[in-house]
Amino acid sequence: MLSRVADNLYWMSRYIERAENIARFVDVNQAVALEPGDLQDDPWAPLIHATGDWPLFAERYGQTTRESVLRFLTLDPEYPNSLISCTRAARENARTVRESISTPMWEEINKLYLLVNRAARELSPSELTYEFYNQIKLASQLFVGVTDGTLSHGEGWQFVRLGRLIERADKTSRILDVKTYGWKHTPAPGDVQPTVVQWTAILQSVSALEMYRKVHGRIHPTCVMDFLLLDREFPRSIRYCLRFAEESLRIMTGSVPGTFANRAEQLLGRLRSGLDYTSIDDVLADGLHAYVDKLQMQLNQLGDAIRECFFATPALPVSAK
Amino acid sequence: MFEGYDCGNLFDEAIQSTGAPRPGAAALVKRINGLPPEELQRRQRMADATMLNLGITFNVYGHEGGTEKIFPFDIIPRIVEQHDWDQIELGLKQRIHALNLFIDDLYNDQKVVNDGVFPRELLETAATLRPQCRGFRPPQGIWCHVTGTDLVRDKDGQFYVLENREVMKRIFPQVFEGLPIAPVENYPEKLLATLMHSAPKGIDDPNIVVLTPGIYNSAYFEHSYLAQQMGVELVQGSDLAVVGDRVYTRTTRGLKRVDVIYRRIDDDFLDPACFRADSVLGVPGLMEVYKKGNIGLANAPGNGVADDKAVYAYVPAIIKYYLNEEAILPNVPTYLCGDREHRKYVLEHLAEMVMKPTNESGGYGIVIGPRASKAELDDVRQKILANPRNYVAQPLLHLSTVPTLVGDGIEARHVDLRPFVLCGEEIYVLPGGLTRVALKKGSTVVNSSQGGGSKDTWVLRRNGLHAPGANGSAQNQSQTQLVGAM
Repeated sequence: MLSRVADNLYWMSRYIERAENIARFVDVNQAVALEPGDLQDDPWAPLIHATGDWPLFAERYGQTTRESVLRFLTLDPEYPNSLISCTRAARENARTVRESISTPMWEEINKLYLLVNRAARELSPSELTYEFYNQIKLASQLFVGVTDGTLSHGEGWQFVRLGRLIERADKTSRILDVKTYGWKHTPAPGDVQPTVVQWTAILQSVSALEMYRKVHGRIHPTCVMDFLLLDREFPRSIRYCLRFAEESLRIMTGSVPGTFANRAEQLLGRLRSGLDYTSIDDVLADGLHAYVDKLQMQLNQLGDAIRECFFATPALPVSAK
Repeated sequence: MFEGYDCGNLFDEAIQSTGAPRPGAAALVKRINGLPPEELQRRQRMADATMLNLGITFNVYGHEGGTEKIFPFDIIPRIVEQHDWDQIELGLKQRIHALNLFIDDLYNDQKVVNDGVFPRELLETAATLRPQCRGFRPPQGIWCHVTGTDLVRDKDGQFYVLENREVMKRIFPQVFEGLPIAPVENYPEKLLATLMHSAPKGIDDPNIVVLTPGIYNSAYFEHSYLAQQMGVELVQGSDLAVVGDRVYTRTTRGLKRVDVIYRRIDDDFLDPACFRADSVLGVPGLMEVYKKGNIGLANAPGNGVADDKAVYAYVPAIIKYYLNEEAILPNVPTYLCGDREHRKYVLEHLAEMVMKPTNESGGYGIVIGPRASKAELDDVRQKILANPRNYVAQPLLHLSTVPTLVGDGIEARHVDLRPFVLCGEEIYVLPGGLTRVALKKGSTVVNSSQGGGSKDTWVLRRNGLHAPGANGSAQNQSQTQLVGAM
């Protein structure tokens, strides 16, 4: 497959997943911020912190209000990670590889793009309701389903899955971080702690509540963290994401388990096995935020390695001419 | 729906001057008349929504956030009757055959010039002539693999060739998606066969790619559509590299050899080492590989010389010279301003004629005498005098009309017809082709950039509709969930 096409497929998939996760992000906070007797002075600030794009927000908006945060995350075309920017980027990538994806895939991406663009034209931030974000989530899920059902599961599909899972791992870590931002270590008595309602909202934002109940029953903060970080079977847990991201890489390179053929495989294998042999107590010993921060950094390094190994234009032997 | 339908004294493709439908269109007219009110409009909206969802759009202005519009499309089809189509098909095959021989001759022996049939001066002043191709013969001697030819029908019902070829122009994807009346013929399949045929000798299973200038090109949708339908890779110049004597694509597993490029980039931009040095769309060194016979290019570089509108005027003579036949499809009478006698006539009749630059396409620079202001006529007079070779003039044709959905009703709108011809092992004419329609009342400008739209083109077959045979029923779906399992 063309390196450029692989690059486009991988990023198309990442941007769709990113758009979906912005919707999930906003969702969790909508639910929490509506709770009476607000525990936090500024319920919208953590959302921006969790994106890692605080300086950009501060520069463009200053104050965190429901309106400014929703505009920034959803409709701001100048913010490269906003919902609308991600949707456009996904579509540009898809358009460039239109011949490599199936028509139903293209049609779903295009419909998502039209939906978001229409919202940008017609809706004000106060009209961005649960219903709107739910439509985004569904459109993304539909795209994933259509991709599975209509794109041959060859190299291209592996790049699509790889992109989706790496993006999802990163975003699940950030959703977890929204409410735990600011914890230096294990919560101290003075720390403002999320309530059961808030932890429930976090689970709901990744559609994980029912599956969580089957494993852990009642809501305990450590169990929620355990579930979203380390559950082996839940499809949005970080461990699950990395397990199958690794599988995609292996299928493409043909490496047997326990070995690696390139830098990307090495980094991902190390990261995945780390999660396989970690318990939630180990995580809490470092502090959740510190743990998540390191994880995000490692995911970024993995992303760089994937680009180097698969997408970068190889240096060519000098032509005879 | 057709009460009050007025096509004036022009030729209408569906309705006769008596108001009765033409035989071929009778079934369609009856069908439309039988639809409930608003049904046509409803279907038109559905067709538009489908095209929007499928992203069959072009950017109106700018790119980021700019409104995208669908290619305007009218759902009432244009019908071409079998006897008309037979003449078009034969005429186009003859024409492309002769033009291929002509181009090959121009770049090699130049017999047609030496025998005094085609003026040397016209040849040497043709902006589309590529001296870099002198002495070269492409694989199988084919120069124009894919050709679109613009036809119009005048008042008398006769089809004329209006333009030689508009190879690089947009085709509109729905043209390829099967023609509902003629048995569905698969254009991408035929195109693939044509491209395979243009591979270098000795390569049985060529690796074919479609080369596009990229997503901002107005025909990008078509490039990606054709690549997808043929199951070949769509590449940009930066995906290709020349190493040694071969062309390769850059893949996730290293370099992969390419054997045929269906290029949708103009000659000028194809290879900065051979043509325009500032091109960033092309592949440096491509022409060297091509001349060594290691890559097939469709269309062959240099084939554009046949698009010159002054060359067009000579097509009947060219057909006579190479094939010893009369042209089956007539030309529109054409006056070459480079010729003293012709120029004198044109300048005396500017207000009645249509003046066209010889090397432009897409309707640019055309002046329609009867509709031009005095200033515009003076302007074109100066341009002709300054560079006579650059202009031809033709009498104004009265383009035929087709019923078209306009607001609440159906009105007559002018159309042309662009069939597509593939030249491989044999010459193939895709039944139907692109019907372009001028959506503005009275307008004859069908270009999509200037208010034109498209229609489906249905070619009627004598044998009528092809109905799928009954092959018996399938196996029962015998397995069901056991009662009580739930």
